[in-house]
Amino acid sequence: MMLQAASDPLLKVENLVVEYSVGGKTIHAVSDVSLDIARGETLGLVGESGCGKSTLGRAVLQLRQAVSGKVLFDGHDLTALRGETLRQMRRRAQLIFQDPIASLNPRRRIGDIVAEPLVIAGVRDPEERRRRVNEVLSAVGLDPALVSGRLPHEFSGGQCQRICIARALVLNPEFVICDEPVSALDVSIRAQILNLLEEMKARYGLTLLFIAHDLAVVKAVSDRVAVMYLGRLCEVGPSEQLFARPAHPYTALLIEAIPVPDPDVRPTQSVPVGEPPSPIAPPSGCRFRTRCPRADARCAAEVPELRLVAPGQLAACHHSLI
Amino acid sequence: MSGAALLSVENAVVDLPTPRGNLRAVDHVDLAVGAGKTLGIVGESGCGKTMLSRAILQLLPKKAKLSGRVMFDGQDLPALPAEKLRRLRGRSLAVVFQDPMTSLNPVLTIGTQLTETMQEHLELDLGKARQRAIELLAAVGIPAPEQRLSQYPHQLSGGMRQRVAIAVALSCEPKLLIADEPTTALDVTIQAQILDLLAREQQRRHMAMIIITHDLGVVAGRTDEVAVMYAGRVVERAPTPSLFKQMRMPYTEALLAALPKLDAAPHTPLPAISGRPPDPTRPLKGCSFSPRCRYSAGRCGTEKPHLSAAEAPDHLYACFHPITAGADA
Ligand SMILES: Nc1ncnc2c1ncn2[C@@H]1O[C@H](COP(=O)(O)OP(=O)(O)OP(=O)(O)O)[C@@H](O)[C@H]1O
Ligand SMILES: Nc1ncnc2c1ncn2[C@@H]1O[C@H](COP(=O)(O)OP(=O)(O)OP(=O)(O)O)[C@@H](O)[C@H]1O
Ligand code: SF4
Ligand code: SF4
Ligand SMILES: [Mg+2]
Ligand SMILES: [Mg+2]
Repeated sequence: MMLQAASDPLLKVENLVVEYSVGGKTIHAVSDVSLDIARGETLGLVGESGCGKSTLGRAVLQLRQAVSGKVLFDGHDLTALRGETLRQMRRRAQLIFQDPIASLNPRRRIGDIVAEPLVIAGVRDPEERRRRVNEVLSAVGLDPALVSGRLPHEFSGGQCQRICIARALVLNPEFVICDEPVSALDVSIRAQILNLLEEMKARYGLTLLFIAHDLAVVKAVSDRVAVMYLGRLCEVGPSEQLFARPAHPYTALLIEAIPVPDPDVRPTQSVPVGEPPSPIAPPSGCRFRTRCPRADARCAAEVPELRLVAPGQLAACHHSLI
Repeated sequence: MSGAALLSVENAVVDLPTPRGNLRAVDHVDLAVGAGKTLGIVGESGCGKTMLSRAILQLLPKKAKLSGRVMFDGQDLPALPAEKLRRLRGRSLAVVFQDPMTSLNPVLTIGTQLTETMQEHLELDLGKARQRAIELLAAVGIPAPEQRLSQYPHQLSGGMRQRVAIAVALSCEPKLLIADEPTTALDVTIQAQILDLLAREQQRRHMAMIIITHDLGVVAGRTDEVAVMYAGRVVERAPTPSLFKQMRMPYTEALLAALPKLDAAPHTPLPAISGRPPDPTRPLKGCSFSPRCRYSAGRCGTEKPHLSAAEAPDHLYACFHPITAGADA
């Protein structure tokens, strides 16, 4: 499958399949997903809870083993690497989680938490470690002198997320996966963190995979957006284009469902009733067909392949909107 | 405030003793909701939305102290005996929480939870109650309702559970439904369905509703009036269209501005609100928003602005330097 515009991809995911086995049953969490991320690009990844976004992110970083498929990072297939070579490659990629408070060790001081990746990476000189920790703490807007000696519980959710971002950046990674980095934060703090991520991206020349279920948040930071449904990729394209003219019925449904802060925009009542089916026994053919207003017999029989519907925009639908 | 409000809250104050000292969760709040009307309460986490709704429901934590008046349907709720309150809450005053498992009993089947409430409060026999339970489940969009009666809450998805919690809340035809972040834990598509469902049932039943949320987008198209809370106080209150047409309180404006907009180009920096809300155990002398407010000047730091109406009688705000029409945003 030939995919996407990126001419110089830093990350290339090819036909990735990830499954979980629970009580003898197989959960098809990520099924045959392929995508590219160009150097310096932010790719947004959206989709409902349970559609496989975090699993995809974890499999990219080899924190979860894939059943099949490839993850090419800067040309190296991570799924084929082991031991020290894998660890070295993995240092170039980092992960930021949704729950900032839970992802910090409550008994360790902030300075040590942020220095931990340096210790693991073998930076032995404490002076060097302190210098780099102070630099990155200042970069995320915290005063190293004030915060280094304190414990996580003394900080708010927004501040904890800043600390997590500092920890992710201290090794100077090239690639960062942000897994719902602002979902647990308040509206006012959310804007601060989104701005900070954009600033860090420019300052450190990062490439980002930005996972979220809030489409407005994703649009605010992404160059391109990928939409997932029940383990499969439905659509991917340049952000503005995708929001202005979605090709996949599921993308259209997601966009329609966003509450708009304007009383003159009456909420649409056209959202079909129904909930996502189980990833243990996903529907045959197109996995969205049980909720899709356009579904027909072909949708049940044939899995739709991603195909180009507009410049840079791909959709997996037999009856796409464009 | 109209004289015939179904619910009126006057000068409500909720104090909670904590190891750090007294925490004023709700600070002199006045509200009113007319029959069949919808009020939205918005504000950041910790601003007191849930404490206010629990004060209305008389479901505050034991150590909490409430003062002020809560009149509902002609009755002074804090003065009612516990048994009367319990009956009232089962019938004319209903609530749906963010986490449906707070409202549902995990060890009882969906059918039992619905029928028991109706048998007790509406004095229906089991057959009639069962029939109504099936109708209610169908009305809230649950497929194959007969089969669901014998299922337990954990066997349903989050969205389905919230529908069941709404069915239970609606079962005795309440006059007022308080929905405390009913969709925050749900996905956007499910969220829209649940909000539509609440709006539809509200209109059909001519029920009054309070929707509590931190999302201005949720209240915009779905409420008659909005109250914005900050640090325990209502800082702006107006009919929904007037509020969105002309926000007077800098906090409301900042809250809306900080939302990522769908029509903005990617990578547009967001006008974030710097800092965070004050520690509720260390109340500020002046306006609680003053450390974060870009209009703060003069007495903002030393005096508390009161909620009052300046030009339109139904548009209230608590600010010394309100935003005026035509001022830059
Ligand atoms: N460790 C696990 N063991 C078994 N099943 C899992 C595990 N982690 C995830 N799953 C299942 O895999 C599917 C995909 O989950 P995943 O967490 O990747 O979704 P997600 O899109 O990140 O959802 P959310 O938006 O809720 O974070 C779901 O059905 C989930 O229940
Ligand atoms: N049981 C309790 N004991 C002591 N303090 C409490 C208790 N519950 C809440 N608080 C405090 O009361 C204040 C108001 O909390 P409340 O839960 O009403 O906020 P909220 O606006 O509903 O926030 P959220 O959006 O997070 O639900 C907060 O400072 C909170 O920490
Ligand atoms: S392939 Fe068919 S069911 Fe799937 S999204 Fe397209 S029209 Fe709908
Ligand atoms: S009273 Fe002063 S500090 Fe408070 S919101 Fe108004 S201008 Fe800002
Ligand atoms: Mg996830
Ligand atoms: Mg609350």
